Amino acid sequence: MELVSILNLSYLVASILFIVGIKQLAHPKTATRGNLLGALGMLIAVVATLFDQAILTYDWILVGVLVGSLIGIIMAIKIQMTAMPQLVAVLNGFGGIASVFVAGAALQLSIPKYAFAVNYQEIVSIVFSAVVGGITFSGSFIAFGKLQGFITEKAVRYPGDQLVKILVGLAAVGLGVYGCLEPTDESIYWILSGVSLLLGVFLVIPIGGADMPVVISLLNSYSGIAASATGFVLNNNVLIISGSLVGASGIILTQIMCKAMNRSLTNVLFGGFGAVATEMKDDGDFYSGKVKSTSAEEVAMLLDVARSVVIVPGYGMAVAQAQHTVRDLYQLLTARNIDVTFAIHPVAGRMPGHMNVLLAEADIPYDRLKEMDEINSTFENVDVVIVNGANDVTNPLAKTDPKSPIAGMPILDVGNAKTVVVIKRSLSPGFAGVPNPLFIADNCLMLFGDGKKATQEMITALKES
Amino acid sequence: MEIFVTAVTIFVLAIFVGFEIITKIPPILHTPLMSGSNAISGITLIGALYAAGIEESNITKILGLLSVIFATINVVGGFLVTHRMLGMFKKKDTPK
Repeated sequence: MELVSILNLSYLVASILFIVGIKQLAHPKTATRGNLLGALGMLIAVVATLFDQAILTYDWILVGVLVGSLIGIIMAIKIQMTAMPQLVAVLNGFGGIASVFVAGAALQLSIPKYAFAVNYQEIVSIVFSAVVGGITFSGSFIAFGKLQGFITEKAVRYPGDQLVKILVGLAAVGLGVYGCLEPTDESIYWILSGVSLLLGVFLVIPIGGADMPVVISLLNSYSGIAASATGFVLNNNVLIISGSLVGASGIILTQIMCKAMNRSLTNVLFGGFGAVATEMKDDGDFYSGKVKSTSAEEVAMLLDVARSVVIVPGYGMAVAQAQHTVRDLYQLLTARNIDVTFAIHPVAGRMPGHMNVLLAEADIPYDRLKEMDEINSTFENVDVVIVNGANDVTNPLAKTDPKSPIAGMPILDVGNAKTVVVIKRSLSPGFAGVPNPLFIADNCLMLFGDGKKATQEMITALKES
Repeated sequence: MEIFVTAVTIFVLAIFVGFEIITKIPPILHTPLMSGSNAISGITLIGALYAAGIEESNITKILGLLSVIFATINVVGGFLVTHRMLGMFKKKDTPK
């Protein structure tokens, strides 16, 4: 058999492994195997490529793979589970920029040929790779910066921001078209890449922290599309197939998340929580005099007589790295024959499913985690709800105030429980920037403090009682 | 042109396959699925290998080297961290 055929068959095998791998990743029992199949597919594709006759030297490849693997391994091992969304954003960005460089190299190779005849499939794909890859890279890093706290989490809005986005977008389109018409002018490619980077910044910076899960998922989809575009450049099926798989899966996840927040994608991309947040900031006396503050000892007394307890973990818990302390509380309460469950909002944390990962890390049994739809109707039978660092996902305004920026977002109806204890550092609004009437409800007690410290104090008080 | 049509056909079919296989995912797996599929998008590495391995000019070599590094980080980091995350879910089958 010809070498080319063997190569293409290997790519087919790799593609099948990717498809089966992603399919298995969607089921809890098979997910680990799915991930390994994906990795195996990648290995096969890479090894097969190394046998291609077009590849003449291996030294640069070896250096690149070694350096990249080392960085990748360190990142994957060192990362704390709370920082998972940031890591996914960063890895995604690297995939995007790699596409820009590959397309740039392909253009280098093709320019001499273009003097005779231009391959339009190739040049259009190259230009497309530059734009999508560039947006993915800078957008992902802005998302990373926002999640890491390097850049303000607030939506950065300024007069005419939509116009700026449109102008930069038009500049990218104009340069792209020009680049296709004058493919031998290499500088256009790099200017276009630069403008695309800028576009990524302008697109993501006006989006608030609360919407970052959607943004990351969408950028994930883009990185797949960028890889697919690179496949069109190189006429390589495995790139086209796996790129479009990732593109499709990213879009589906984005859709699911938007639904969980009851928002449309256009609303996330062009509206944003933050715009409203700035208007509503001066709401200082919303809470004044109406909030009942409590102590760990008092909560311990409540828990002592409770039969059922629901814990609502939020991003505050994650930031405080409190998942292990929360597990200790869970074990202590369970040992006293109290029924403890966890209510997981679909967008708790900063990425869908992120909270499940955190609680899994702390060894909290899988069957104790209840999804929103499952637990909402049962709150009235619950004695104590402990809200640990969650805000917007428990805000009843979502149901009562149609003008609120979170209007229509499904929430956890914790207010129906007999007593609600909210652990929070201050009364500051959540990502959505709106006050939470739950905090002034008759059955709500505020336990001010860090999610981990407050939980620790509760445990100590419980043990003493 | 013919090659292009074939490529588009493959592209469109793969999108349909993508939609079909990920219609109902339980929320607990959203994060691992996202990081796993993210790792697969590092398939750009294949293109990067060509760019780095073709003896053309120094510019293509440098672009190739950079793209190999970035794509490898994406691939290795992505698969590894997904594996780490999924390992945490697994522990629950055998409670201490």
